[in-house]
Order: sequence, then structure tokens, then C-alpha cells
Amino acid sequence: MSIARLVAPLTLLALQGCAGIQSALEPTGAEAERINVLTWLLISFSAAVFLGVCAITAAALFGGDALRERISGERLVIGGGLLFPILALSLLLSYGFYLMGPGSPVAHSDSRLRIEVEGKRWWWRVTYVGENGRRIESANEIRLPVGQPVEIELTSADVIHSFWVPKLAGKLDMIPGRTNRMTLQVTEAGISRGQCAEYCGGPHALMAFFVIAMPEHEFAAWLEREAADAALPPTDSEAVTGQALFQSSGCVACHRVRGTVAQGTIGPDLTHVGSRHSLAAATLENDPAEFARWIRDSQHVKPENLMPSFEIFTASELRQLAAYMDQLR
Amino acid sequence: MELPNPDPRPEGEVRELERIWAIPGGYRLIIEVNNTVIGLIYIGVAFLFFLMAGVLALIMRAQLAVGDNQLIGQDLYNQMFTVHGTTMMFLFAVPAMEALGVMLLPQVLAARDLPFPRLSAFAIWAYVVGGLVFFSTIFYDLAPKGGWFMYPPMTLTEYSPGDNADFWLLGIGFIEISAIAGAVEIVVGTLRTRPPGMSLAKMPVFAWSMLIFAGMIMLAFPAVILATMMLEIERAFGWPFFTAALGGDPLLWQHLFWFFGHPDVYIIFLPAAGLVSMIVPTMARTPLVGYHLIVVALIGTGFFSFGLWVHHMFTTGIPALSMAFFSAASMAVAVPSGIQVFAWIATIAAGRQRFRITTASLFILGFLFIFILGGLTGVMVAMAPFDYQVHDTYFVVAHFHYVLVGGFVFPLFATFYYWTPLFSRKPLSERLGRWVFWLMFIGFNVAFLPMHLTGLKGMPRRVWTYPGDIGWDMLNTISTVGAYVLGAGVLIFVVDLIARFRAGNAEVENPWGAGTLEWLPNDVYSTRSVPHVTSREPLWDRPSLPQEVRDGHHYLPNAPTGGREALVTSPIHARPQYVVQIPGPGWPPFLAAVFTAACFLLLTIKLVPIALICGGLAITFCIAWAWGLDPGPSKGMVDVAKHLRLPTYMAGPTSHSWWAMVVLMLVAASLYLAYVFSYLFLWVVSPEVWAPAGSPAPPPGRWPISTGALLLAGSGVVWLVSRGLKKVAASRVAMPAALLLSLACLVGALALELSGHLVTGLRPGDNAYGAMVYLGVVLFGQLAFALVILGLYTLARHLAGKLDAVRRVNFDNYMLLYDYTVVQSLLGLGLVHGFPRLIG
Repeated sequence: MSIARLVAPLTLLALQGCAGIQSALEPTGAEAERINVLTWLLISFSAAVFLGVCAITAAALFGGDALRERISGERLVIGGGLLFPILALSLLLSYGFYLMGPGSPVAHSDSRLRIEVEGKRWWWRVTYVGENGRRIESANEIRLPVGQPVEIELTSADVIHSFWVPKLAGKLDMIPGRTNRMTLQVTEAGISRGQCAEYCGGPHALMAFFVIAMPEHEFAAWLEREAADAALPPTDSEAVTGQALFQSSGCVACHRVRGTVAQGTIGPDLTHVGSRHSLAAATLENDPAEFARWIRDSQHVKPENLMPSFEIFTASELRQLAAYMDQLR
Repeated sequence: MELPNPDPRPEGEVRELERIWAIPGGYRLIIEVNNTVIGLIYIGVAFLFFLMAGVLALIMRAQLAVGDNQLIGQDLYNQMFTVHGTTMMFLFAVPAMEALGVMLLPQVLAARDLPFPRLSAFAIWAYVVGGLVFFSTIFYDLAPKGGWFMYPPMTLTEYSPGDNADFWLLGIGFIEISAIAGAVEIVVGTLRTRPPGMSLAKMPVFAWSMLIFAGMIMLAFPAVILATMMLEIERAFGWPFFTAALGGDPLLWQHLFWFFGHPDVYIIFLPAAGLVSMIVPTMARTPLVGYHLIVVALIGTGFFSFGLWVHHMFTTGIPALSMAFFSAASMAVAVPSGIQVFAWIATIAAGRQRFRITTASLFILGFLFIFILGGLTGVMVAMAPFDYQVHDTYFVVAHFHYVLVGGFVFPLFATFYYWTPLFSRKPLSERLGRWVFWLMFIGFNVAFLPMHLTGLKGMPRRVWTYPGDIGWDMLNTISTVGAYVLGAGVLIFVVDLIARFRAGNAEVENPWGAGTLEWLPNDVYSTRSVPHVTSREPLWDRPSLPQEVRDGHHYLPNAPTGGREALVTSPIHARPQYVVQIPGPGWPPFLAAVFTAACFLLLTIKLVPIALICGGLAITFCIAWAWGLDPGPSKGMVDVAKHLRLPTYMAGPTSHSWWAMVVLMLVAASLYLAYVFSYLFLWVVSPEVWAPAGSPAPPPGRWPISTGALLLAGSGVVWLVSRGLKKVAASRVAMPAALLLSLACLVGALALELSGHLVTGLRPGDNAYGAMVYLGVVLFGQLAFALVILGLYTLARHLAGKLDAVRRVNFDNYMLLYDYTVVQSLLGLGLVHGFPRLIG
């Protein structure tokens, strides 16, 4: 009994571990924080107006004769329906504009780092472009330095997607033929989740990603690691066999692992896939078992995605492939 | 007031009316065209679509009840939410309102029928057949899955192979056309078949709202018709309107779709508001407070609603300035709604007795509660930065369900409870009605209130599943429970409806003690005589009116032409002008509708030859049906009242037919405006593909000049014929020759325009410029096609001796459409040939 009492809150805490990871109400980015203030302002305004109208309606229904008489003329219609909304909405609109500044989400900044995110069916191609023009390609995860404004450049390779990390900022669409820009500025280190917000067919529901905000110096170190080619798998390990399998089974036609013969560009870059927070655009956890499951069963895990299920591999081959993937860190 | 027909009426008139307006029995019911019969079928089928789309919603709610659920899977879910949205918007909401326009509007105006009963019948059957086939695609995995908004490029062949998307485009495209047919009917019906004395200022708010509703359909639907045409053409023939790589732009679709889509919300809400404005005064037993303000608010809503479509596109990266403008406009539209809400509240307070609580009034109060919340969240999402967060999330799902279910479904249920006594021998159960209301009200709020929070917590729309561990589980489970409670309420309603609804006249006349004309004694012929109206609530102000009307002391107490007829009055003051003879039951409208639907659906599955045969049959039956119209002045003048003799035939601007043609021309014009917008929009986006720099320059000036000259020549011929119709029509040579000459000019102009572009080497598939140029030719060709049929038809009428200087409605319509085509095409020539020269 006492143990249960002790454990219950802990489990509850564990269960809530991820809750709020995609919530606009728990902002950790400058933009989302500003919108959050506006949100609560709007909610309070709406609640007040709603209660007011309910009160007047109740008076009209149940009030005494004198009260009902008083609200039965065109004066109420003009006051409540014309003057009040014009006044209140003008104030609200002005405050909104003041609060948000002009054209917030598309505002440009002179950020040192630029990240190009290209929406694909159904994953994200992420390219970090440094000051010197160095391009580092990654996929399905974005890392950001805390406090530093980063320009995000959004495009689409196929259909319309929408880039949205509720904890950091509002969403912005990715439209073929157009380039949209937004600035993200994270205010505290931690993980948040983003998701495609424009229906893009098939497994639209399974097109998400994680954003990992890290202190600036950690981020710089990470970016250097990310820029590097893939390390060689430790000799005599399963990963070596896995790499051979990877290179001989057609995987390289779509995927790139920098520093190896794998130079495909159709699918996500896998150079450092083992270091990412998730697999298949935040559909699976990142561990060897899930790697194996994804390779064997991708059409079941994420129906209609453009990678076929590879049912040709035996269990040990899958293990070897997974081991190879897992050590690409 | 002196009664129009003060003397006692002769025996047998009522029996004669009953005979003339008798409803065909058995299966032949489907050939009936009278508004009460087809209106009931219309609303019945619309309600069926509500139920079926509602079942889809319940299945989807089951799928979403918990995270990581695998109940129905991704592909079926995607089809389901597409069909749910499409059905609710296109097959339920708009048709249900048109159905009320058909069923209730003539009763509210005490008209015998709508002016074009066969057109209504055609529109309804086309909708029934087309709609049912469209819906059934969900059962064999052929349903579209691009969302009800069908954004390209996702819906282009490359990303949506298969016929699924085509079912949406052709199926819905043609239901839109049926909606326009209904709108023509409602506009002319409201403006020309009001009872004598009912000036616009005395018109019931419901009629006002239907008039504005129909006007908005005329302006809004053509945009989406053009958009669906473009998307289908791109899918079928590869004209790149929406492909960015070739100069097209996916955002063009969004502009056109939302230019229709946003007004569509008000198209749905306005008539519902009109219904509320009818029910509230009855239950409060006092005239509506602020009638004039409400009418102005309705017009204002209609006007504003066309200025805020971009608020559906706040997250597409549009410039800050236009964002601010559309943000402000979106808030401004709250004002007219506010006026109406407070007018209803003031009316409730104004009654000397307390507001009567019936099931209908409960639904009205429920409507107020829900709709106000939806309106307030609407103000919230109008604020662009807030929208960046909640756009395409469950917050928006909650918002528009509050607006649409609150603003439309609840008033519709109020309508069912309030007006059923008019159409059923027994009213619906008030006792069960309480259950229906409370289950629906509580269920709705339990389902949709938490969704606001779900959305703010980050859950996007249109997802078939979600992770179970990020805090959305509990909220979704609650929503699902609420949805099923709502469903239970609707189920009880259906049971009650089946148990009690029996078409026929009620035992109790005017059970609520209402003041408007639909509660006059009614039969198949509507009211025995058409009342003279002197106030807004004639039944309250003149208690003897029902008896007078029943005894035939008002206008048109009999059937002087021996057939179905209606009284046509002037548009503003409703002064009696003439008696129109209207057609009765017949097969052609039904068959024309069935074959039209078949044509479109067979085109969808690419059975082109059979589709074309069906199309030909559809046109044949349309002609067969039209042949019986335009009866000519053979019946002469008839007595309508003691001191009022009216003609039974009318041509020219006074005739209802002329009005319908003008309405149709307005529809065509707004379609063309959408085209001009698209042309200029794509130029702004992709000037680099435009002629003369990026594409072959348009043909030399002599081409468009010759085309224009031919058009003007044709128009001149038609004008000369019109001037001398008496002489020309008397000749069996001159008239056919003139008509054929005008057609030759037209076809020649079309051929010239087409070949002019072909010789430059430009092809429609080259780029967006080429596609737009040839789309202009297509739009011209469409009108030319209609004119050729109409011209040959007019010719046939002449040869059959059914067209002369007096009996000239056919010719007048031909002339109107001809002149319209000339104007539109000259404008088109200026755009397509002039614009590249201007920028080059």
C-alpha cells in the first residue's frame, strides 16, 4: 500500500514525460512566447464577452419585466451589436499588431546560421548552411543553439507541407515553387516536437520531427561532428557485415552515407542517423530493434511511404544492418 | 381594405385547383415538379447525406479515441475525412438550404410554386443521383482522399493517380452547377413571385436571407467551378495551371477555392439566421426587433464575406500588409453577426409574455450558445499571429464545427420542429424533442469544446493517428464520447421522424400562432387565393386573413388558364404584373437530370463514348422539356381580381424568363472574372513564361481584329432581326438565314481565335501562359456551344410556327446570351491579345 502510494506519482510523472512536447501553451521559443501572451489575452476576452452575452440572454429569458423592457429595444442591438464590437475589436486588433510587431513570422534576421528545410513526402530534408557557405545535410531532426536567432528557409519538393514546432513558433507552409522564411529563437535547452500541419496525403500523420535545442558551445561542437563523414564501423563487428549488405542491397540508390559509396539523394541522408532522436520522421524510436523493424516492415509501420518494405533480409541480416545504422553517430 | 375578390366564388373552383395540382400517384411521384413534393425529396436526401457523413464522423472519432489506434487504418481514414467534409459542405449544407428555398420559400411568399418548377426538379434529381454515386465511392475504395479542399499539387495526377480525385472534381463540379440552377430559381422566385403588396420592406427575413444566399452562390460558386475545371483539365490533359515548374502556382487554387469557400460558410449561415429570425418572433409573440438592422446586417455579411478569403491562407507566407487587411476584414464580419444576435435577444426580451420554450426554441437557444462561442473563436483566429499556431489544428476543427453546427445544424433542427406541422399530418414529438435537444447539445459541447485545447496542445487536423504519449489521449477520448452522445440525439430524432412524419396537411393550422404567410390554410395548390399583404406579420395584423384566403377573396382564387399558374409581381413593390403558366409533371426533367449525372460520372471513369451518348441524351431531354414552355399569348387576358385583368404571357424585361437569363449571365460573368483574376495572378507569379518574352507572341493584330469584327457582325445581325422581328419572323427564309448567319459568325470567330493561337506555335501544355490562353478559348467555346444549341432550337421553334413578334421569349433569350458572349469575348480578346503587347 505504502509502496504503491510512493510509486503512483512517479509513474504519473513518467507518463507525463512527453506531454506538452508539442504544446503551444508551453512555449520555449521567442515567437511562441509572444503568441502565448496573445492567446491568453484572446481567451480572456472571448470568455468575458461570452459570459456577458449569456447574462443578457438570461435576463431576456428570465428577468423581471422592467429589466426585460429595458433590453428589448433597438438600443441593445446598436449598442451590443454595432458599437461594442467595433470598439472592442479595434482595440484588440491594435493591441495584436502592437504585440506582434509587423509581419512577425516572415521577419528576416541577420542570423549567422541558416537552416534549409525541404518538405518531402513524408520526411524533412534539413541542410545547415554556415556563414562560410558550408552545407551540412541531415534529415528529420533539427538542432538549434539556444538564444541565437536562426533563419529557417522552407521549400517543398513535391506537395504542400507546413513546418510547425508549436513550442517555438507558429507554422509556415512549404509550397512548391516558393520559398518561405521564418526565424526561430529558442529560449531554453530541451527537446520539442514538430509536425507537418498541412495535409500532404498518405502518412501525413506520421510526418514529424524533433527539435533539440542545445547551449551554443555544445551546438557548435555538435555541428562539427555532424559535418564530418561517417566513421568506419569497428572492425570484425556485425556493423561491418551490415555495411556490406547496405551497399550491395540497393540502399545506396536512395540514401547517402558521406564518406562511403552510398551517395543516393532520393531518401534521407543517413550519415549520422544513429545519433538522431527518432526514425522515419519521428515515427519510431531510434534503436537497433526499430531499425530492423523499419527496414523489414516500413510499409506497415508507415503505409504508403516511398521506401519499400525489404522482406528479403533474414533476421541476422536485419540485425547486421541495424547494427551498422546504429553506429552511424 | 377592400378585398380583391369580395364576391362569393362560384362552386367547383377548389375542385378544379385540386385536379390541376394533383400529385401523380405511385412511382410517378418522381415526375412531379411542384415545390412541396420535390422540396420534401430534396430536404430528405440532404438529411440522408447528413446522417451518412455523420456516421463517417463517428467512425473517425472511434479511430481517434486513443493514440496509436489501428482501427480503420490510414487510407480509409483519409478517404473518410475527405468524404465527410465534402458531403457535409456540398451535399448537405448548401443543398439543405436550397431545399428549404424550394420547399418553404414559396409557402412563405404564398406563391403557388416557384417560377421554374422543372428547373428545380432537374437540379434536385441531378443532385440526388450524382450525390449518391459520389458518396458510394467510399464503399469501394474509390473515394477521393485529397481533403474537401483538394489542394494541388497533391491532387495532380503525379501525386494522386487513380480516379479518386476525379470523382471529387467531376462529381462536385456538377453538383455546383445544380446549386446554381437552384440559385437562379430562388432569385427570380423571391423577386418576382411575392404576393401583391409585399414590397421588399415587408418581405420576411427568411426571404431576404434566401435572396442574399442565392446572390452569393451566383458570385462564389463560379470561382470554384473554374478552379475544378482547371484542375480536371490539368489532370486529364496536362495544362499546367498549378505546376510551379511550368509557371503555374498551387496558391492560385487556394485563392479560387477560398474565394468560394469562405463565402460558402456564410452561404450556409445566412439562411439559417433567416430561419431563426422567423422562429424567434413567433415564440416571443412579438415582431422582430430591428428588422431593418437585420436586413442591413445580412447584406453586410454577404458583402464582407467576399473580402476575407485570404484568412484561410495566413500561413502561406503572404505579405504582412495584406495579412493586416484580411485580419481586420475578418474581424469586421463579426459586426453584422453581432447585430443579429442582439436583435434576437432583444426580441426575446420584447415579448409581453415570456419566451415560449418548445423544442424549436430550445434549439434556437442552443444555437445562440454554440454560435456565439464559434464567433468568438472566429475573432481569435482572425488575429493572424494566433492563427499561425492554431491553423490546421483541432482548434480550428472546434471553431468551424461551433460555427457550422451551431450556426446551421441547430437552426435546421429548430426548423424541423417548427415547420413540420406544415408538411406532415402529425407534428414531431415535443417530449422526445427534449431528449433530442439535450443529447445533441451536451454531446456537441462535450465533443468539441475540448478540441480547442487539443489544438492548442499541438494536435494537427487530418491525422489518422497520433502518438499515445504526448498528452492528447484524454482529450480525444472525451471528444469521442461526446460525439456518440450527439449521435444518440440524432438517432432519437430519426426514430421520431420515421414514427410520426406523414406527408400531408396538418390537423392543426398554425399551431404556434405565427404571423407569416406559410401558416395560411394550405393544400397542394398552396393557398386557395394569393393574399394581399399590407404588413410584415399579416396573420397577426389581420386575423380574418386565413378565412378570406380560404374563401377565395384574394388574388387568383381559381385557375383561369386551366393549368398550373402563378402570379408574377414587380420586383420592388410587388404589384401584380401577369399570370405565368407553369409546367406540371413530366419525365423530361427527371431523365435529363439522370443522364447529366450519368454523363459526368462516366467521364470520371473514362468511359468517354458512353458518357457522350448520355450527354447527348441529357441535352435531348432538356430540349424536350423546353419545347413545352413559352406557351404564347393564346390565353389572352384573365381576371385575377374583381378589378384586375392581367395578361397570361409576357416577353421582354418584365418576363420572369428574361430575369432568369440575366441572373445566368451574372453567373457567367463571375466565372469569367475568376478567369481574368487567374490570368493576372499567374502573370504576377511567373512573368517569365509570359509572352512575348517567355512564350510565342500572340498572333498579329489582324487575327483578333477579324475575330472581333465577326462577333460584332453577328451581334448586328441579331440586333437587326430583333428590330424587325415582325417582318423577319414572318418569312420562312429570312429568319432561318439570319439565325444561321449569326451562328456562322460566332463559330467563325471561335475558329479564328483558336487557329490564331495555334499558328503561333503556342500549346496549352507548354506553360501556365499557354494554359491560360487556351482556357480563354475554352470559355468562349463553352458559350458558343450553348449558343449553337439555343440558336438551332430557336430556329426549330420558328419553323414550327412557335415564334413570332409577340411570342418571342426564345429569341430574346438567344439575343441576350449572344450579346453577353460578344461582350465577354471582346473583353477576352483585349486581355489575351492586348496584355502581352502591353507588357512586351
